[in-house]
Amino acid sequence: MKPRLKLLWLQGVTCNGNTHSFLNYPHLSYILETFEFLYHPLLPSTYTLEEISTCAHECDILVFEGAYDPRMERVGTSLERVVHHYGNHARYIIAAGSCASFGGMFKHSDPEHITGLGFDEKEPKGPFVKNSKLINLSGCPIHPEWMGYTLRMIADNKPISIDELHRPKELYSYLAHHGCTRNEYFEWKVDSDHFGTKEGCLFYKQGCRGPMTHASCNKILWNDVSSKTRAGSPCFGCTEPDFPRTNMFETKTNMSIPQDVPVGISKRSYLTMAGIAKSFHIPRLEKRLIDDNT
Amino acid sequence: MKSVPEKTANTKKEDRKTSIMQTALKLFSTEGFYTTTMPAIAQKLGMSVGNFYNYFSSKDQLAKELMLYISTVLGDKLREINMTDVSVKEKITMIVHMYFSIARERPELIEYFLRVFLSNREIFTKECTGMVCVSGFVTELMLFFDDGVQRGELKNQDFFSALGLFMGYLGGMVFLNGEEVLPHPLSEYETAIAENIYNALRKQ
Repeated sequence: MKPRLKLLWLQGVTCNGNTHSFLNYPHLSYILETFEFLYHPLLPSTYTLEEISTCAHECDILVFEGAYDPRMERVGTSLERVVHHYGNHARYIIAAGSCASFGGMFKHSDPEHITGLGFDEKEPKGPFVKNSKLINLSGCPIHPEWMGYTLRMIADNKPISIDELHRPKELYSYLAHHGCTRNEYFEWKVDSDHFGTKEGCLFYKQGCRGPMTHASCNKILWNDVSSKTRAGSPCFGCTEPDFPRTNMFETKTNMSIPQDVPVGISKRSYLTMAGIAKSFHIPRLEKRLIDDNT
Repeated sequence: MKSVPEKTANTKKEDRKTSIMQTALKLFSTEGFYTTTMPAIAQKLGMSVGNFYNYFSSKDQLAKELMLYISTVLGDKLREINMTDVSVKEKITMIVHMYFSIARERPELIEYFLRVFLSNREIFTKECTGMVCVSGFVTELMLFFDDGVQRGELKNQDFFSALGLFMGYLGGMVFLNGEEVLPHPLSEYETAIAENIYNALRKQ
């Protein structure tokens, strides 16, 4: 029988959101059979955190959750030492979530010292800068399927192609916009005035970052069921290095013109297309999708 | 017989189309849209009416294409200004100058917009609704306003409030000039108007 790969799940400055999100992975039993968890904050593990912090062991895969603060201690040992020890010996280092990838939410408490493992937002900084072993799985929290995909690729010894921010291309080449059920509203520029409704596009008023966010949330659905935009909430762009932004429920506009437009499209092209599309009234798109009162 | 290369034939047709539009613009803006007939435009150009319809299948189609043409001409000029690396205040001065220069040198462009497009909406409701025929120009204005706010020079407000103030003002002055109401030439108003617009739109 093939020896199980040793996986260590360490935490930095974190809310535990990624740990909890990963528990929703539908094939968790496969992961538990395939990997030996040296340590995980919630799952049965071979060692305690105290034993791990002695740096007396080695792992094949280091999963790191949370922002990286070198001054932080884990059971009396500096996080810097623990992370370097396990990261240097591991075959893969996985940054689980946006804090571990780019600094994320917790970076804002001390922007000078707190970073991700290889990036400070989009600038290279942290303990594993330009390290080819580093795989960033950004997201707040991480999509369980994305972690599952990455671990299964590693278990099957298959190459994982990554983008310039070290994110797997298979997962992050798409935009959150792709597969959004509101795309027809986006095409014809029909806004949504409220959260939680089935109708309307959330890009114009509600702050949706779907067309600017590299994520496959609307391709690989959450819990196999839904996504933020499908449920009526805007995409917050949580997989991008600039997350979290301020006023996330508002679209930043300059004289009613969106400050940011879909990625890779010039503002001139976008406004030309949008202005023309908005000129037409499509009664079907202005009505409720399901209206039992008519 | 030697055949004419396709590109040359197409270019010739485009050139002819442009000259038809320029003649039509002058007639529509001076004689009025309804009193100017298609045969009258053809006659002015020395064309047969049948040949004329090879270029424009109806008067409504011609009307729409004229508006697209004007929007493109103005949009191209405005785009040049947008691409210039100067302050927003200077850009406003340049836009006012550009608009009044066109009103002076090619008055039919502005006159058509004011006296045909805005005054005979029934002609344009079908195919020229909303931004469809004016997007070339309006898009550039959007980019101008967006840039002004991003630079911190202009107040962030509703687009149409700013658009109305800017273009309504310029259009009104050209209209008054056309009515020969203004005591001075348009060019003499440029500085004061640019300053008024800037003061009205700037961030306080």
